[in-house]
Amino acid sequence: MNVVVLVKSVIDPSGQPRLGPDFLMDRSAEGTLDPTDEFGVEAALQLTAESGGTVTALSMGPDGAGAAVRRAFAMGVDAGVLVTDPLLRGADTLATARVLAAAIAQAGFDLVLAGVESTDGYTGTLAVAVAEFLDVPSATFARKVSVADGVARIERQTESGYDVIECPLPAVITVTAGSTEPRYPTLKGIMASKSKTLESRTLADLGLDAAAVAATQRVSHVTPAPAKSGGVVIEAGDDAAVRIADALDQAKVI
Amino acid sequence: MKVWVFAELTPGGPTPATLELLAKAHELGDAEALALGPGATSAAPTLGAHGARTVYASDDPVYADHLAQPAAHAVKTLIETHGPDLILFPATYGARDVAGRLQAKLGSTLMANVIEITGADAARTQIAGGTLFVDVVLEGPSPRLIIVSPKAFVAQEVGGTAEIVPVEVEIPEYYTRVRRIEQHDEPASGPKLEEARVVVSGGRGLQDPSNITLLQQLADAVGGAAVGATRAIVDAGWIPYSHQVGQTGKTVKPDVYMAVGISGALQHLVGMKGSKFVIAINKDPEAPIFRVADLGVVGDALVVVPALIQELVKRRG
Repeated sequence: MNVVVLVKSVIDPSGQPRLGPDFLMDRSAEGTLDPTDEFGVEAALQLTAESGGTVTALSMGPDGAGAAVRRAFAMGVDAGVLVTDPLLRGADTLATARVLAAAIAQAGFDLVLAGVESTDGYTGTLAVAVAEFLDVPSATFARKVSVADGVARIERQTESGYDVIECPLPAVITVTAGSTEPRYPTLKGIMASKSKTLESRTLADLGLDAAAVAATQRVSHVTPAPAKSGGVVIEAGDDAAVRIADALDQAKVI
Repeated sequence: MKVWVFAELTPGGPTPATLELLAKAHELGDAEALALGPGATSAAPTLGAHGARTVYASDDPVYADHLAQPAAHAVKTLIETHGPDLILFPATYGARDVAGRLQAKLGSTLMANVIEITGADAARTQIAGGTLFVDVVLEGPSPRLIIVSPKAFVAQEVGGTAEIVPVEVEIPEYYTRVRRIEQHDEPASGPKLEEARVVVSGGRGLQDPSNITLLQQLADAVGGAAVGATRAIVDAGWIPYSHQVGQTGKTVKPDVYMAVGISGALQHLVGMKGSKFVIAINKDPEAPIFRVADLGVVGDALVVVPALIQELVKRRG
């Protein structure tokens, strides 16, 4: 089974994006693998450990965005591809989905795995848009995935509990943080990752041109939100419990 | 301007988020609703009363049993006939997937986490823990697709009656390959999050699933408080989804919201920002939760909470 796992480099995994003067996200600093993507990588490694096959980590971003793929290498994925092209700066979700789908189609796949949403953009629609471009079924918010006889069986998080879903491969599946505990790279994994080659692709390599990734939205203004006034922050100490209890008392809820 | 709202249906009728979106659609122009799946026709009067002039409805279970593909196909077909300018989606699991599929089918722009819409080509979102507003110009082919944050708008009864237009789109078998075979409910225990005067929520700072008990004890010590949670600990399986507060969970506006070991990711903040008084306990003084807190305590929740429980028990005498 060929599994492609989508990974993204984020600058600050706590989810505080920085904007450049042109209002585009500043991605010039060295990134790190988005923590939500670690669950996709882990699920890919576990599924192929059970049923055989290879895992390819695929990312898109500037040159420095290889960090996500290198971390995936250290966790144990077999191959890595970074799509990088000056034309992709500021790419929106439509362009990103089109580019990733083209790269996945070129690599060949039985299953595409991804996290449910990135920690910096958290749009949460990229994976299904990729599935649509690939013309395959998809299931999102999987908290458990297994594959047998070419069919994925998924426990999907819902508003009231969970559903059990059956999805024939090839397919795109997004996994939640509850799906599995991501492994920490071992020294052996880190050493082995140094011999793995991060392959680079340009738009032209994927048969795409500037028109295919033209932006469909642009930021016009960024303004500070009105700050909440009157908040007090204290250090925990002997009286923190008293201060909180006083506040509850004043609000007349105890 | 024709604005469509993709309605989310439950056995009890359209969801509150659906009605919030209709209020905005009604304000922007001609509001129409898409109601696909069981309960669609019976939801029409409520949708009409909240501003929908027309409800495109189908009760066909195909829309509930096969995830997003049948709905995406049907909506695309309806777009070709009726040409809306905008389609608004609630930020739920099902609706998000339909929006993502449509984006790729249409080559239309899609904007998520939207808190304000000022026209067919202009919407606002927020980033960096809600401290920055970002205004975006939407371009490219119509309709533009917008996923709206919960509670961005206020639902309003305008007293209209919707014309029901039956949706008779043929769904090719090709789009039914994904199949839902079981449904399981994991109901929340204790007071209802949306109704409690005090909500006590926990996050990663609780460090271990066993400390959910501590949160419950605090809720009991306050008296009748509901227990909430961040997506992180729901995803990690510490507590059922029904306790989740935030973007993909519930939106609460209690008199007092206590955030215990919660850093304050925007996904969480949008679900509790409307609370009257916010108390936050977190180790990291830089945590964004302190920017929305009325009273912040920098410290280990596992130390502060037991002391607080003791204090509350003492006051009760």
